[in-house]
Amino acid sequence: MSIQKTMTINMGPQHPSTHGVLRVVVELDGETVVKARPVVGYLHTGIEKTMESKLYYKALPCTDRMDYLAPMSNNLGFCLAVEKLMDIEVPEKVKWARVCLAELTRVNSHLVWLGTHALDLGAMSMLLYAFRERELIIDIYEACGGQRMMTSYIRVGGLAHELPKDFEKKVRKMIKVIRERLNDYETLLTNNEIFIQRTRGVALLSAEDAINLSLSGPLLRGSGVARDLRKDNPYSGYENFDFDVAVSNSCDAYGRYLLRIEEIRQSLRICEQAIDGMPEGPYRAHVPGVVLPPKEDIMYKMESMIFHFKIITEGFKAPTGSVYQAIESPKGELGFFITGDGTTQPRRVRVRPPSFINLAALPKMCEGGLFSDVVCAIGSIDIVWEKLTDDVV
Amino acid sequence: MKEVIKAIGNVFISMPKGLFVTFKHLFIKPVTLDYPKQKNPMSPRYRGKHYLERYDDGTERCVCCGLCAAACPADAIYMEPDETEKGERCAKVYEINLLRCIFCGFCEEACPEEAIFLGQEYEFSAGDRDSFIWTKEEMLVQHPRKDNPLKRVIRRVRKVYGVTDKVK
Ligand code: SF4
Ligand code: SF4
Repeated sequence: MSIQKTMTINMGPQHPSTHGVLRVVVELDGETVVKARPVVGYLHTGIEKTMESKLYYKALPCTDRMDYLAPMSNNLGFCLAVEKLMDIEVPEKVKWARVCLAELTRVNSHLVWLGTHALDLGAMSMLLYAFRERELIIDIYEACGGQRMMTSYIRVGGLAHELPKDFEKKVRKMIKVIRERLNDYETLLTNNEIFIQRTRGVALLSAEDAINLSLSGPLLRGSGVARDLRKDNPYSGYENFDFDVAVSNSCDAYGRYLLRIEEIRQSLRICEQAIDGMPEGPYRAHVPGVVLPPKEDIMYKMESMIFHFKIITEGFKAPTGSVYQAIESPKGELGFFITGDGTTQPRRVRVRPPSFINLAALPKMCEGGLFSDVVCAIGSIDIVWEKLTDDVV
Repeated sequence: MKEVIKAIGNVFISMPKGLFVTFKHLFIKPVTLDYPKQKNPMSPRYRGKHYLERYDDGTERCVCCGLCAAACPADAIYMEPDETEKGERCAKVYEINLLRCIFCGFCEEACPEEAIFLGQEYEFSAGDRDSFIWTKEEMLVQHPRKDNPLKRVIRRVRKVYGVTDKVK
């Protein structure tokens, strides 16, 4: 009779460090992980199917809910894809405002990641500080779109409303405060021996594996591959901005931490440029029958009124064809594949969810390491569940 | 050896620095609020509980055109039309199911009469499901009100939609 040497432990789905409902079946030999298998599918939102059953403009609020930490990036991805399908050119100001908002989102998402990742590794105060700074960004969202998380602010053909009057002031204040506070975070974590011991050399992932697993975002750049869609395949006017792509060659969780801190700095830089150079102009493209006319027009202009009624009740018809538009969301490449069939609803919406694809790296990161480092590996992937399990079923 | 020295340096120099950051916060005014007593004002565009506007003579602005229900991505709005004594269209039943509503504000954007708005109120939890179906009576604003409602509406529209030129 053979004696089983290893022990199988079930981690999750209700585990505080899994950031939601991830279940990992871990096979242990003593304290060493022999095999780790993530089990997904505990949270199925069915967002793609929901979007297919809605008019194009009504599908937009669904995208907010795919990643509650980065609503504006998701809005942007979807809107760019639909604009590509419909062949709409948005005004210059909209592009700049969108870039600014998308970068705010990146800062927001990375701050929450920083807080929760540090909390997983035992640094409680980091979470409180990160959420305090995040509040500044959430306030800007609220002033723009009216809600703190589910903003639905970026719309097909432009923005939902004009940017608020104090937008510039608020963003400048936010940039100043977060720049200052980033130094505080670095004092807390970068040279903290406990943090270093928990992250350096942990959750290793070689560049070759990262490419083979088709990872993207900070996880890929953390393995030394400088791929960033903002540079490689600019969208929404990113080519006008001057920023560096942060890359880390250490391939471990510590490198990814440094990389994300650097990304926050670069994002702030882009925000600043966007605010400085924001051109004047309308906040919506003028495309009758597709983009809603300004609200004040519908009171006095018959034409606008008719288009308003038509768009709201029937939606707009998209041509037949498929488009794929990918953006660099805070978590990686977020792609929208939309097939139009000449009607007012998309025939197919497929989302390339960065979290889901990045999760494939978990076994590679954990195997051979210690059990307690599984938490660190999950944290450094930066998972958001709504986006993740959308495609499992 | 170098590693060890660096680690010792981290423990004895960098970590106290980090501790000093947290220590500093003992003397900083807390950013948190004493919630039920203190409240943060919401921004003018905040999308909270809905309300239905009236004209300044007290008649309802809503004409039951159904645009808000058509725009609603969550199918939360239900209405039945009626006529007033003067022969004008109005809503007999107008209900919003708050359990379905996602507070996207599309109804507000769609309404051609500036009748429905999303207000500032966000505290509307209740113990039973029925109280989340809001009827017209619950949502209509009080009639004799202190400020001029029409002016208020236009002001609000201006604020929300960034209208700068004078409304004709
Ligand atoms: S806020 Fe959105 S979900 Fe709620 S009733 Fe209005 S349109 Fe429907
Ligand atoms: S609230 Fe506005 S959009 Fe809705 S039925 Fe009344 S008038 Fe029409």
